[in-house]
Amino acid sequence: MTLAAGVEGSSPALNITIFGLFVVITLFVVFRASRNTKTASDYYAAGRAFTGPQNGVAIAGDYLSAASFLGIAGAIAIYGYDGFLYSIGFLVAWLVALLLVAELLRNTGKFTMGDVLAFRMKQRPVRAAAATSTLAVSFFYLLAQMAGAGGLVALLLGIESKTGQAFIIVIVGIIMIAYVLIGGMKGTTWVQIIKAALLIVGALAMTLWVLGMYGFNLSALLQGAVDKAGKAGEALLGPGNQYGKTGTTKLDFFSLGIALVLGTAGLPHVLMRFYTVPTAKEARRSVVWAIGLIGVFYLFTLVLGYGAGALVGADKIKAAPGGVNSAAPLLALELGGPVLLGLIAAIAFATILAVVAGLTITASASFAHDVYANVIKKGKASPASEVKVARITALVIGAVAILGGILANGQNIAFLVALAFAVAASANLPTILYSLFWKRFNTQGALWSIYGGLIVCVLLIVFSPAVSGKPVDAKTGKSASMIQGVDFHWFPLDNPGIVSIPVAFFLGWLGTVLSKEHNQKKYAEMEVRSLTGTGAEKAVSH
Amino acid sequence: MSTETDVSGPSETDWDKAHDSPEFKELRSRLRRFVFPVSALFLVWYLLYVLLADYAHGFMSTKLIGNINVGLVFGLLQFVSTFVITGFYVRYANKKLDPLAEKIRTDLESETK
Repeated sequence: MTLAAGVEGSSPALNITIFGLFVVITLFVVFRASRNTKTASDYYAAGRAFTGPQNGVAIAGDYLSAASFLGIAGAIAIYGYDGFLYSIGFLVAWLVALLLVAELLRNTGKFTMGDVLAFRMKQRPVRAAAATSTLAVSFFYLLAQMAGAGGLVALLLGIESKTGQAFIIVIVGIIMIAYVLIGGMKGTTWVQIIKAALLIVGALAMTLWVLGMYGFNLSALLQGAVDKAGKAGEALLGPGNQYGKTGTTKLDFFSLGIALVLGTAGLPHVLMRFYTVPTAKEARRSVVWAIGLIGVFYLFTLVLGYGAGALVGADKIKAAPGGVNSAAPLLALELGGPVLLGLIAAIAFATILAVVAGLTITASASFAHDVYANVIKKGKASPASEVKVARITALVIGAVAILGGILANGQNIAFLVALAFAVAASANLPTILYSLFWKRFNTQGALWSIYGGLIVCVLLIVFSPAVSGKPVDAKTGKSASMIQGVDFHWFPLDNPGIVSIPVAFFLGWLGTVLSKEHNQKKYAEMEVRSLTGTGAEKAVSH
Repeated sequence: MSTETDVSGPSETDWDKAHDSPEFKELRSRLRRFVFPVSALFLVWYLLYVLLADYAHGFMSTKLIGNINVGLVFGLLQFVSTFVITGFYVRYANKKLDPLAEKIRTDLESETK
């Protein structure tokens, strides 16, 4: 096998062609969608004109990132049951969004998370804090996606050199920036919708194919995975393969489980999607659609993961370029040859592209709307200048994403995403819940819980074994930590959530009770608005 | 004040009065009566699952039918409970929350115009 072949049997030219087709079609759609993008509301919130089901599909497109598709399928193929645990956390988390956050947020805010958090607080400090944590979460998430792009390139296009991969990351970044600059939220939303449809249909087809090979008998499929794995096979069916080794890893898993279930409703790019629909009722419908699609998709990944374990085998997956992440593409190759691989590869690429575009527009909106318009210009910026700042910010963030992607190339995608969830659950969720439901909550409480949650979470990550100090693997000669050769970790867990989330809730409470400030008038207004939708932002009609 | 409060909707609305009205109190209590207990319920149910998967490997690996074990069934039940709670909430919101919220909103918005 030559280095340039990528995965054996893969045809780079075919992969590039299919992916190019996706880019051309979506760019065309983005151009068409951009014709009506004039006001700030158009650019940030697509004129609030999407229907619930459309937005639900787009949310699924935003949420089912490369980590979900490649990461979870790969984890199930290699570790068995433990990979399945991720999907459950990712899904159940949507109930927090549905019951506690989506509708109230839609009724109260305009474009960003900061709109809601600052509603009854002192505007400038709270908006600055909300923008800081939005940018932090988006940065971790972006890094994860861009890191995934590098690995995917190695796998699918047969580009092994780091320079070649960096080149592809640059191209991916430029296409993504084009989507955001040209299409705004409307264009980005259509990219998400197209991508989600492709991803779900592709996964469904492969799932039926795999199940069909085992007579639509799940038990037989599991037996196939067990047999293929040989001696260690039986362990694939139960939990504990990946996380069950020691007391520390078990605690680590519990910590991860908490961050997953509480993180979703604090992800800024998910929150921002609720502003693209005309009413709170449509926001509810979008979550219902999203829960349906995401749930069904994770059931597919269960079959795909065990299918890859049974038909491709864990050893072959681990040896392939891209490692764990290559399980789903290899399964596609096994089932349908180079054409199916090309399709799945293009879908995986599209996934990264779409998610990165969604993150970029969120981060740029938060900077332009919260920091520029409200903190710097004190609410006196013209909408046109705000959108201009948002576009420039999108360019900067795009550049940062490209650079970060090149640097983070080869890092574990699922893990980076888990960190983004931990930061979102620590810095954002406590403040959102307090703000919506706790009368007494005030500016100092909001600041303490956002900054406290953010700082504690990031510090624990920096001093965790994930960053430094994991033992060196005898086979590869490398440590599993991000930084090799040094050890400055003192926090025992990879996942900080179990500490940082309670700390953020506690700080929010403490900061509040230590400050006398309370704006009863604004509280009454916020609660009436959030529950009834009185005076909520309406859809723009063109 | 920033751009947030005065761009749309009634500017002269008496929010305090609306906030103290029995109708609004009823709406708030209906919402909280549903979402708080149900949130507690699904979080406990989820954490129970995570703890079992984390610390009770033997129990979770007990086979029920063929290779389908307790852990798999438990995991799939998390999917089922998520779908069921979603369905219940939508029905509850359509029946008990939306009509009342709409009434309060219409009253408030017509008052000031």
